[in-house]
Amino acid sequence: MEKIEWGPNWEEILGGEFSKRSLDVNFEGIEKDIYGQFENTFMMYLPRLCEHCLNPSCVASCPSGAIYKREEDGIVLIDQDKCRGWRMCVSGCPYKKIYYNWQTGKSEKCILCYPRIEAGEPTVCSETCVGRIRYLGVVLYDADRIEEAASCESEQDLYDAQLRVFLDPFDKEVQKQAIEDGVPDAWVEAAMRSPIWKMAMDWKVAFPLHPEYRTLPMVWYVPPLSPIQSAVEAGYLDSDDGIADVGSLRIPVRYLSNMLTAGDDEPIISGLRRMLAMRAYMRAKTVEGVVDHNIPEQVGLSSSDIEQMYHLMAIANYEDRFVIPTSHREAAEDAQHIRGNCGFSFGNGRSTSSSTNPFAITYSNTGSVAVSMDGRRD
Amino acid sequence: MSHFLDRLTFFKKRTEGFSNDHGVTTNEDRGWEEGYRQRWQHDKIVRSTHGVNCTGSCSWKIYVKGGIVTWETQQTDYPRTRPEMPNHEPRGCSRGASYSWYLYSGNRLKYPMVRKSLIELWREARSRLEPVDAWASIVEDPDKAARYKRNRGLGGFVRSTWNEANEIVAAANAYTIRRWGPDRIIGFSPIPAMSMVSYAAGTRYLSLIGGVCMSFYDWYCDLPPSSPQTWGEQTDVPESADWYNSGFLILWGSNVPQTRTPDAHFYTEVRYKGAKSVVITPDYSEAAKFSDLWINPKQGTDSAIAMAMGHVILREFYLDNPSEYFAEYARQYTDFPMLVRLQEKDGAWIPDRFLRASDLDQALGEENNPEWKTVAFDDNSGNVVAPAGTIGFRWGEKGKWNLEERDGKGRETSLRLSLIEHRDEVLSVAFPYFGGRAHEPFASTSHPEVLHRNIPVKRLPLAGGGEAAVATVFDLLCANYGLDRDLGGDNVASGYDQDIPYTPTWQEPITGVPASQVIHVARGFARNADKTRGKSMVILGAGLNHWYHMDMIYRGIINMLVMCGCIGQSGGGWSHYVGQEKLRPQTGWLPLAFSLDWNRPPRQMNSTSFWYAHTDQWRYEKLTIPEILSPTAPDGEWEGSLIDYNVRAERMGWLPSAPQLNRNPIEVGREAAESGRDVGEYVVEQLKSGNLAFASETPDDPACFPRNLFVWRSNLLGSSGKGHEYFLKHLLGAKHGVQCGDLGPEGRNVHREVKWEDEAPEGKLDLVCTIDFRMSTTCLYSDVVLPTATWYEKNDLNTSDMHPFIHPLSTAVDPVWETRSDWEIYKGIARSFSEVAGKELGKRTDVVLVPTLHDTPGELAQSTDVRDWKRGDCEPVPGKTMPQVVSVERDYGSTYDRFTSLGPLMDRLGNAGKGMNWDTSEEVSFLKSLNGTVGDGQSGESRARIESDIDAAEVILALAPETNGEVAVKAWESLSRTTGRSHEHLALPRKDEKIRFRDLQAQPRKIISSPIWSGLESEHVNYNAGYTNVHELIPWRTLTGRQQLYQDHLWMRAFGEQLCVYKPPVDLKTILPADQRPGNGNPEILLNFITPHQKWGIHSTYTDNLLMLTLSRGGPIVWISETDAEQAEIEDNDWIEAYNANGALTARAVVSQRVKPGMALMYHAQEKIVNVPGSEVTGTRGGIHNSVTRTVPKPTHMIGGYAQQSYGFNYYGTVGSNRDEFIVVRKMATVDWLEEAEE
Repeated sequence: MEKIEWGPNWEEILGGEFSKRSLDVNFEGIEKDIYGQFENTFMMYLPRLCEHCLNPSCVASCPSGAIYKREEDGIVLIDQDKCRGWRMCVSGCPYKKIYYNWQTGKSEKCILCYPRIEAGEPTVCSETCVGRIRYLGVVLYDADRIEEAASCESEQDLYDAQLRVFLDPFDKEVQKQAIEDGVPDAWVEAAMRSPIWKMAMDWKVAFPLHPEYRTLPMVWYVPPLSPIQSAVEAGYLDSDDGIADVGSLRIPVRYLSNMLTAGDDEPIISGLRRMLAMRAYMRAKTVEGVVDHNIPEQVGLSSSDIEQMYHLMAIANYEDRFVIPTSHREAAEDAQHIRGNCGFSFGNGRSTSSSTNPFAITYSNTGSVAVSMDGRRD
Repeated sequence: MSHFLDRLTFFKKRTEGFSNDHGVTTNEDRGWEEGYRQRWQHDKIVRSTHGVNCTGSCSWKIYVKGGIVTWETQQTDYPRTRPEMPNHEPRGCSRGASYSWYLYSGNRLKYPMVRKSLIELWREARSRLEPVDAWASIVEDPDKAARYKRNRGLGGFVRSTWNEANEIVAAANAYTIRRWGPDRIIGFSPIPAMSMVSYAAGTRYLSLIGGVCMSFYDWYCDLPPSSPQTWGEQTDVPESADWYNSGFLILWGSNVPQTRTPDAHFYTEVRYKGAKSVVITPDYSEAAKFSDLWINPKQGTDSAIAMAMGHVILREFYLDNPSEYFAEYARQYTDFPMLVRLQEKDGAWIPDRFLRASDLDQALGEENNPEWKTVAFDDNSGNVVAPAGTIGFRWGEKGKWNLEERDGKGRETSLRLSLIEHRDEVLSVAFPYFGGRAHEPFASTSHPEVLHRNIPVKRLPLAGGGEAAVATVFDLLCANYGLDRDLGGDNVASGYDQDIPYTPTWQEPITGVPASQVIHVARGFARNADKTRGKSMVILGAGLNHWYHMDMIYRGIINMLVMCGCIGQSGGGWSHYVGQEKLRPQTGWLPLAFSLDWNRPPRQMNSTSFWYAHTDQWRYEKLTIPEILSPTAPDGEWEGSLIDYNVRAERMGWLPSAPQLNRNPIEVGREAAESGRDVGEYVVEQLKSGNLAFASETPDDPACFPRNLFVWRSNLLGSSGKGHEYFLKHLLGAKHGVQCGDLGPEGRNVHREVKWEDEAPEGKLDLVCTIDFRMSTTCLYSDVVLPTATWYEKNDLNTSDMHPFIHPLSTAVDPVWETRSDWEIYKGIARSFSEVAGKELGKRTDVVLVPTLHDTPGELAQSTDVRDWKRGDCEPVPGKTMPQVVSVERDYGSTYDRFTSLGPLMDRLGNAGKGMNWDTSEEVSFLKSLNGTVGDGQSGESRARIESDIDAAEVILALAPETNGEVAVKAWESLSRTTGRSHEHLALPRKDEKIRFRDLQAQPRKIISSPIWSGLESEHVNYNAGYTNVHELIPWRTLTGRQQLYQDHLWMRAFGEQLCVYKPPVDLKTILPADQRPGNGNPEILLNFITPHQKWGIHSTYTDNLLMLTLSRGGPIVWISETDAEQAEIEDNDWIEAYNANGALTARAVVSQRVKPGMALMYHAQEKIVNVPGSEVTGTRGGIHNSVTRTVPKPTHMIGGYAQQSYGFNYYGTVGSNRDEFIVVRKMATVDWLEEAEE
């Protein structure tokens, strides 16, 4: 080989000329000339994995019917027995998260580490993330609202529409229906403690990736803070005067909204302001020894909200990042048999039930679904 | 099967629609899901880590499935921090996660191997001769020797066996001891903290036979000499969790997310707590994106910014609106109040040395070491006093070496910072200015070379008559920073907009940074520190410390931190992170590593000076003394070359030497014994008569060559070897790419102390033996390659400065193929050596030279001036004006027995560290019961066994205060006797804890607080350097006992570094004129060559790992700016070549907007074994980053025998800087893979 011409991480840390990199569609509506200058350089990382969408286009595009979304936890999988290698899903996924395995002749994708999720463990990518930016938790949703949400006319309404699909786990009616539908108690409990619910619904600092794809993605992102261009002029460094101006952040708001809210700047500005308010509030508290309730109020939160945000996003203990109930296979399968059989199983060791219908839970309107969410915190 | 059944029931599987039938639920068999469940099943998880000198020191779960190591993920079970802080999990990164790739890869070393041309010679000779004679018959025959030496680097290894390979090595060692001396056998292995037992294996062997252990921290240029200068400490820094306690963080030339990956979260998280952050880097780095403000100065000019920030801090927080906290701190913990003498020279006054008690009448009543006690004015009495805690109190008396505000007589004091209110007069004092010496493309300024500034001064009568003009360090400091204090005179500024060194406006043209940024950052930094009592922090590292004048950059920053009272305060301070240097259980490890249990002292050498001399880089030296000498240098003989200064330093006992003398030390030992004289006396007499000389005076004499080299846990030639091509040429005699001649006949005139040979030697080494798990560049150039266990196949210990834990490497699977752990390898060599050398050498007396050492009474060797015995300034007195001379008995036949048992000196002499010492008899008995015993054949006594790597680990853990609470208490008690203050309370709560190896395998443990380090690990504070100095009033280990910003040694004054000044990068003159360059028709550009740490590897490890290569661009790359690329017509991913007089390298270009024009970034250590074509310039394979560098030592790093500026292994000495280098960059015309076979 004379020269390697491309690789999966080619443009990392801004590798390659700006003229090539700026073909990125997220630059739409942004004055590129300015950002091509050395002084105005910016970058961010966006770790991407399968979005385990509520309205997965891969499922719809598979001619073999091999792709499905598990009703017990929402994980989208490609049945490796059924996949015929059509590869419609590879082009059908707008996030480009399905790969064709040339050895097996099947398509594969992120499985959200379901063997670990079933055991109450976080996915490997979440647990091993040294930035500690990944959070996992349960969000209940109403599957009957999917079509309506995905069909709303304006792309910029899709983010709000998806919020309306989610069900409030603290709502007594929701709790009641869930239990009636066979959702385990622990899952309702987990939904109440879900870090995802807090970031997406309570504080609205997390957003879906490219909602305009209409897939209702379930991995959400907290937009990153970045250097403050006017930090010196605004006296930001040598005074403690509250919340910095979001408009002067180095990463253009439009770049983020192109990515996370179909170009609607307002929710992004609000989310970033809340993050900056958290900084200002905590600085006042730890450096000046003052609890300034005025700061959270400016961004529509309470001091208690901010303290909780801080605890979840800065202290970020393992047990708070990952709130994952274990699966309840015993409800669907002969657990006693599986328990006794595992160590001795050769061939069709679980012959009593495996070929008949091991997951015979009937569908209900109130599904409980674990969603993973990348809390991007930079 | 399931699919078949589903088809049979196809029309029944749909059960229900939802969302208006947009979706359906189905009943289908999901039995296939078992497949992924089985994929993630495994048989066991073993705790280990990666001993790769990355500082991360992360604990990992190693998964084993079916007897094969399959993958690894991070452990998450570290002991937790306090509730108000984030925890450490999950430390690790993609590099570590890719490590298991190596175990079974094609690049894995599986068998002992020997260069074919050598093994043929050996087998032939060995069939006729005994081992030592067989080796002699090869190396003494020039044709035979050349036959294998010139093949180094050209492949051609064949499989050998352990027995054969061990015998070759043993024979080479024994021959070398007999013919040349044991100090011609050297070993290079770095960073013990990453796998301390593996390190100790080699150095224990070398120390038993009298070989030389080479330093690394200084050679890597990770050692910041500013740290020993200021604090008397090699390096001591906050753990990363302490970043979380900070309120203002400056990341200065440090790329935290990229190079401190597992720690970065503390930085991103503390921003949520409201910490402000400024990142100062010439490129838009990964760290920059986490800042509030990104400042991008011209690379290498950082000290100009630091000086300007210091100017702002002094102006606003000391002069105009003084901070009470800063003043209090400065008075007690810094040398600001200390008095400095002023000396008249050429009509001006020059700051001279510190005034000492001995200069004054009756020595202020101080009888013990009065010449080592600095003095200050006391505000309470108005008198000059000798405050407690200076170094004179450390040795020869007890109980007064502390930082209580008292003088030596116990009177309460309040030291006076400034004489401005009490001055006798104002004198005009000369300060050197180097800002006019910059070479293109660095900006010069036109200020004069000497800046005169007015200082408030007192006159004091001297003992023995006369008087001295004295000033405080603080007053000198303010003048040095160019602050107008209404004392009249020039060169001082009252406003920031004046262009006077060192105002914010002055630095603008040099750094390109707007003055407003400097002012606001300095003000914000200091304001935060004032409000929080010191919680402002600077994180810095190789980006700054690898410049020739790194001391000035570092001291500029240290000054800011000291002025703001940040050192020793939680959340504040100096966070220098370069390399995994913190061997937390150091004093437990030292006896094992250097065989201190059997014989003392070991031979240790500072590598920079060694490689500079023995790879003959000195023969090419173009940097001259006048270029770096201060215009205010005191009168003296400052002629000569850089290596001349090194020779003088060795001769005066400042720096170590290796080889030490120009004759075999075993012969010298025999002669001394025969003469019946004391060995010291005999050596002095021989030196004076000229029968004996220091080897450093004739490095190119075959009698002074190093002969055998061991490299383990290191890739010397592929990673750290600055001046790579000179290594290949002179040390190895291999094919090389050096592009210039040496100084030639001119060399004879330039050098005063070193003999110039017209013919430069090539191929000095007879044996290169490398121990590695992979075929690295160094292996390729070796004669014998021994395959070692990977980090998942051996037991060892690991610590770091980034966190307070000690944790293990463990055997997940036994060493695969024929590999063995380093411990077993050296045991095997020791066994063969005992057999071969026992017969050949038996018992011998070795003569060892030891420089005057820091933290021993010897550091009080030369108090007020520099005297060279060879120049007739004084008599040679061992341990005073020259190295100590010690005779050591070697019993070569017992090497193996000694290697594998704990020797008698631990019972007899106890253990010691950093000036403390304690009894170890209890720990010795403990080890006997823990490890079992072996009989000592000679004395009949029983000794604790050190058979396995775990036995060795237990020796470390049992002897170290950090892992044995009882020892910690003993160590604190020892310190308490010297300070007169009680410190035991710091360890008493953990007195009963004895951390053992298997405890660590269960969970990492927090170390126990020990006086070996200046920080504490407790339920109240995170580890932070200087904490016990500030909170326990333990002096810093400097001349003044305080943080010392004024450096008064003669050589510091000669080179203008008594106070911090701005010094631009030096001109190394390695760019050939355009008409002498080997053009290829493409346009050429000149760029500054910067080699920061990379993202896809740790040093050279992982750069041959396919997983990490895939994440980068699959081979060596050089990053250049879009502007420069355009000028050179280079497009992203083009093949380019970079070259200069030192050599050449080939790589592909990454063209990037984030790179500042004028510099090329080549991430450090990308090997030349993967995807590297031939060079058009050299005609040979590619080259590595160090092919275009050459090391250049600095005289101020050679100072010794002077308090904190005394030698210590990896503590002080010359450092291998490399950032001032320039290269020619151009697109390659032809890419030649050199695939035809050679020969």
